[in-house]
Amino acid sequence: MTQEQEKTVAAPSAQEGTVKTAAKVARPAAPAVPAAPAENACDLKTFAPAELRREMERLRREEKMDFLECLTGMDWQEEGLGVIYHLESTETGKRVCLKTATTDRENPLLPSVSDLWDIANIYEREVFDFYGIKFTGHPDMRRIFMREDWVGYPFRKDDDPEKQNPLRMDNEPLADVTETLTLNADGSVTRRENKIFEDGEYVVNIGPQHPSTHGVLHFRVSLDGETIKKIDPVLGYIHRGIEKMNESLTYPQTLALTDRLDYLGAMQNRHALCMCIEKAMGVEVSPRVQYIRTIMDELQRIDSHLLFFSCLCQDLGATTAFLYGFRDREKILDIFEETCGGRLILNYNTIGGVMADIHPNFRKRVKEFIPYMRKNIEEYFDIFIGNVIFHNRAEGVGVLTKEQCISFGCTGGTGRASGWHNDVRKRMPYAAYDKVEFKEIVRTEGDSFARLMIRMDEIRESLSIIEQLIDNIPEGNYQEKMKPVIKVPAGTYYSAVEGSRGEFGVLLESKGDKSPYRLHYRATGLPLVAVMDTACRGNMLADLITIGGTVDYVVPDIDR
Amino acid sequence: MMKRPKIKSIPYEEFKDNETFEKLVAELNANGTNVIVRPLDDLINWGRSNSLWPLTFATSCCGIEFMAVCAARYDIARFGFEVTRNSPRQADVILVSGTITTKMAPVLKRLYDQMADPKYVVAIGGCSISGGPFTKSYHVVNGVDNIIPVDVYVPGCPPRPESFLYGMMQLQRKVKVENFFGTTNRKEKDPFDRAEMRRKEEELYNEEEEA
Amino acid sequence: MPAAGRPPIGLAGQHLHISFKKKMFDFSVVTTWLHGLLCSFLPEWAAILTESVLVALVIITLYAVFAIVLIYMERKVCAAFQCRLGPMRVGKWGLLQVFSDVFKMLTKEIISMRNTDLFLHNLAPFLVVTASMLTFACLPWNAGAQIIDFNVGVFFFLAVSSIGVVGILLAGWSSNNKYSLIGAMRSGAQIISYELSIGMAMLTMICLTGTMSFSEICQQQYDEGWNIFRGHLPALMAFVIYLVAGNAECNRGPFDLPECESELTAGYHTEYSGMHFGYYYLAEYLNLFICAGMAATIFLGGWAPLHVYGLDGLNGVMDLIPGAVWFVGKTFFIVFLLMWLRWTFPRLRIDQILSLEWKYLVPISMVTLVIMALCVSFNLTF
Repeated sequence: MTQEQEKTVAAPSAQEGTVKTAAKVARPAAPAVPAAPAENACDLKTFAPAELRREMERLRREEKMDFLECLTGMDWQEEGLGVIYHLESTETGKRVCLKTATTDRENPLLPSVSDLWDIANIYEREVFDFYGIKFTGHPDMRRIFMREDWVGYPFRKDDDPEKQNPLRMDNEPLADVTETLTLNADGSVTRRENKIFEDGEYVVNIGPQHPSTHGVLHFRVSLDGETIKKIDPVLGYIHRGIEKMNESLTYPQTLALTDRLDYLGAMQNRHALCMCIEKAMGVEVSPRVQYIRTIMDELQRIDSHLLFFSCLCQDLGATTAFLYGFRDREKILDIFEETCGGRLILNYNTIGGVMADIHPNFRKRVKEFIPYMRKNIEEYFDIFIGNVIFHNRAEGVGVLTKEQCISFGCTGGTGRASGWHNDVRKRMPYAAYDKVEFKEIVRTEGDSFARLMIRMDEIRESLSIIEQLIDNIPEGNYQEKMKPVIKVPAGTYYSAVEGSRGEFGVLLESKGDKSPYRLHYRATGLPLVAVMDTACRGNMLADLITIGGTVDYVVPDIDR
Repeated sequence: MMKRPKIKSIPYEEFKDNETFEKLVAELNANGTNVIVRPLDDLINWGRSNSLWPLTFATSCCGIEFMAVCAARYDIARFGFEVTRNSPRQADVILVSGTITTKMAPVLKRLYDQMADPKYVVAIGGCSISGGPFTKSYHVVNGVDNIIPVDVYVPGCPPRPESFLYGMMQLQRKVKVENFFGTTNRKEKDPFDRAEMRRKEEELYNEEEEA
Repeated sequence: MPAAGRPPIGLAGQHLHISFKKKMFDFSVVTTWLHGLLCSFLPEWAAILTESVLVALVIITLYAVFAIVLIYMERKVCAAFQCRLGPMRVGKWGLLQVFSDVFKMLTKEIISMRNTDLFLHNLAPFLVVTASMLTFACLPWNAGAQIIDFNVGVFFFLAVSSIGVVGILLAGWSSNNKYSLIGAMRSGAQIISYELSIGMAMLTMICLTGTMSFSEICQQQYDEGWNIFRGHLPALMAFVIYLVAGNAECNRGPFDLPECESELTAGYHTEYSGMHFGYYYLAEYLNLFICAGMAATIFLGGWAPLHVYGLDGLNGVMDLIPGAVWFVGKTFFIVFLLMWLRWTFPRLRIDQILSLEWKYLVPISMVTLVIMALCVSFNLTF
């Protein structure tokens, strides 16, 4: 299943050149030899592992590359195992892609950058888990998604995870000790043990089956009375190996799984992947599709924010507000259902367009929905947000500074609540976002209350975006004609959209085959979970629920 | 004697899999039924079938639909199932909504073991029935019936709230044909007998002492 | 019910006999008749024993009936607040819903766990139920229809209501579960703190009435008007304090921290299953009823009907409504208020709960007590 795509690496470019003229509707597909690189192709600078560390330090310190957007593990086979880094400077907006690789498959070692960017800690653990690359200098080199007794590294092309890992029904071992590897000058490696929890600590397991973790998330929380001393997130209870599965699926098939990643951002996730593939192939979708996608994305955002609000209320004990949120959410689901056929998993976007044209009722219902929703938001303020108890529970709780948010890569509402302008819709406009006027909602408090208010204001902003677009959907094809077998020209591509809870990025590495060589999603939730420890320390156990609720993660999106 | 579990507003004939039930009833009644115990049985089954408190267990997408079922439009409270319990000890039915990964499998098994009898399992959505879209994944259990016994399967990805309700009604029917006396309430030997456990613990302790 | 005779429970205390103005139906007629009837063919000790058994049966039945009614009411009220229908399908309007829950609960397995303190674990739910039953017995249902009534009734009520917290603490401790333990600790801190405000609020009213006997408190309110009107401002303050503290005492939202679902799964009763859990469930609702009933007794006149000074016609009509109806009606009105709170407010955090009590409610209730004392001594009450 991993080796077959090797055969057809060189073939696609010739085919595509011929079909280009034949297809009338399709705009020029990827040319045989791309004259200009695709819009979203990554300009990768390669560094040897030994030089990487210095270069990263330079970028971080001198060029102020303070946002590690994405860190992707790779198995290039002959080139070895490696990592792709996407960096961005939040000051200048400059973006850099770096890559590094090591050919040592037995004991791959790369320098860690976890001291430069906080989020690298989690990302590197993910790469270690999937590829077995050990990062020297990393404080906590444990598996993150797989069980600790997992054999092999599932994302390696030569690994057969199923054969080595039969279903284990014994309780999962959880180590209290982790290790740091240090690379000495002579090439030898020293190990140092770090304790996660001391012996006498009162550690409570919140999750994996817990009503307020929004899924199967597991926090090991060390308590001092009711005050949180430390949180150790244990992930992977819903790790479904979507990225690995994608490597054996064709491009249209991969789309189906994106909806199930973050089911509250189904539209946006799929939009990101479709956009990445389209841009890589040079396909340009019609303005109609762009408009429809934008409207759908915004509807989805409202849907997600409503669910966010509902769940937060539920977690804080205001059960009635939960039902109010859901009552209004059903209206959006009705709109979705009419056009897409699904309520939650929508399967609407396709490569080169959308699955079906909008339903004749679509405009009418959306227009009815906008004033309805505007009115009902006020109700939320009456019943929940204005409540003095909620103010006391949320204000000043779980404060994240802008620097912390950037360092942890907490995009979306969480970052914007701390004053970080990170909206992808403004940073790198896509679809029809450059044609509409909207404010990027930013607050400066960085506490739980600000995170909630950001979402509430974003609902209003989304309504205004939809209002601007709904009457102006241009005529045109809702689906570009695509070839039956879709092949993306060789290269590395990255596209991002503003998902419901942050930047959702797709990194696509293609060898020109009919299935991707590597498809990595920049999960919106992973940084949000990573920041929990920082946000919760010193707060009380009840605040864990508030903070977890307001940073708004969706677990299947974290675990992928 | 054939039991025909009645469900308010849906006649028996309109359910889709009556053969399964008839077979089940035939099996249960193979040895004949007791005239005195039978009405008591019916009373208990009536109570149980109308008070299936679900465990709040959700791993992924189907969980959101489960929330929608509990919310105002579909309102599972009409059936009396709205008392979702967060502690497995107090729940009657576990709605396995969402993918079960190999890491989650022991947890799910444990949750099931923690539940008090009578306990029921409803597998909701393609993922918990067969692995769904993730069948080929290395980290997904292909069907929760590999781990725990399943009473009702509700297909869909995710199933619509109506199918949730239909599935729950099927479970109600299934509960209604159960026998309480004589069959399900056998006194089994406790595998974790306290005296036995204490003896084992002491042995372990002694061994450690010696070592 | 031998309220007019001798208290059925052998508690020491001088029983105050009150001469009722016989306008309303006095239940002591029934109890006296019954006592006489039993004494006619039984020795007195046997008659009292029989009466006690009868009273016990009545109280247990009432307890169960009110629990069922309250659970049904809670589910319907909550549904109404949440734009839902609530139980609909079991019986007409779901009236039989709670009965089916009871049948289920009765036949559900009670899991006995390893590594727990089995004796305490099994004892805890009974303590909670015992406490709530004892307090339940203090409620004055009608003139002359009161099970436990003696001169320090309020004191007795406060004393037995605090047995419940022992049950909760034991449950948390014996379960060998971290969630339970945290829940129990929270509960202990919360209930013991709020007992103070409840005591203060009650003391304020005792200051007004000058008696600790529930029957006398009710009788006084029948004669002179409800305490909340008589005591005007301080009584109103005490009433609000009592409602807040009583709600906290019942572990209900926004003070439902001990069993706070979203943090501690089920709090102190996480490890309880079957009927053991059922006892907690029952006790929770009954405590709500008792809390509301006590508020009705002390502030809203108990079984005393609403009298408006000067409108004798209206007062006469009001007197025709039996006292028990008045009492239950008032109680359910307060229950509804508390449910309204429960389904509207988010939950507080433990430090906020404690600071609310110690920094606000306790000082305010002390001030209230002083104001009431001043009002009474300067004859500023009605």
